[in-house]
Amino acid sequence: MKATVLVRPKQGILDPQGEAVESSLRQLGFGVARARIGRVVDLEVEATDPAAARVEVEQMCEQLLANPLIESYEIVLRENGA
Amino acid sequence: MSSPQPRIGVVQFPGSNDDRDALWALAALDADAVPIWHAQTELPDLDAVVLPGGFSYGDYLRCGAIARFSPAMSAVAGFADDGGLVLGICNGFQILCEAGLLPGVLRPNESLSFVCRDVRLRVDRADTPFTCRCRPGEELVIPVKHGEGCWFADKDLYEELLARNQIVLRYAESVNGSLHDVAGVVNERGNVMGLMPHPEHAVDPLLGSADGALILASLVESARDRVLAGV
Repeated sequence: MKATVLVRPKQGILDPQGEAVESSLRQLGFGVARARIGRVVDLEVEATDPAAARVEVEQMCEQLLANPLIESYEIVLRENGA
Repeated sequence: MSSPQPRIGVVQFPGSNDDRDALWALAALDADAVPIWHAQTELPDLDAVVLPGGFSYGDYLRCGAIARFSPAMSAVAGFADDGGLVLGICNGFQILCEAGLLPGVLRPNESLSFVCRDVRLRVDRADTPFTCRCRPGEELVIPVKHGEGCWFADKDLYEELLARNQIVLRYAESVNGSLHDVAGVVNERGNVMGLMPHPEHAVDPLLGSADGALILASLVESARDRVLAGV
């Protein structure tokens, strides 16, 4: 399976990178109300069963990919080749 | 009889860059300072451990996130569990937070700028093994050099830490956007401390300040007390 993990700063957590990008986009003339910056991790996991793959990727997020104090994560799974 | 020299290990991770300054400063303060390679699965007989500053594992993912899984860190966690003294400086503080040995997390500075200068600190607690040479409320001048030193804890956690008296050092000036100017915290048991400023860079008046020696000499003294007590 392929998995994409989206890691985001939790709501209410100050995101100075997002604020800097938001202000640059406004300077370029874009109508942006808010920008938040996170991280994308693309994985190819050995598990072939979607439920098993999800459980494993959740464990990866909890143990390493996200810091639960400040970050939330979302997992998007798809078949290899998809 | 001369007092015993406590043996203090300094863990060297790939990307550590203040390890040798820490070894030098601890030796200058009369400790037997020994380097510990990150791949070591067991620690030698030690009276304290220092996790030095730097950019372990390139700061990939989050500062300290990879280093916490190194073999030496499992041994350090066991050492801390047994009540051993552990001091994390800058990247060492980040590693201890990621490892869950200290509360909170260190985030990118609010300004997004790397801060590298002497800063004023206030000692909130002088009754820890890491600050026993200081006076409560004393102001220290010690340099910082970090891009990710903005300490954060959510409201509930911060209030718990206040109630348990775990905030040891605060900045006495604006530095990095750290919550309530927290610069250093200790664990609940009081044997693990982390701070962003670099005491090892301030151990001689020639360096602009010798205040860092108060922190490191506190550690050396506390480690020596443990040798004498046969802990």
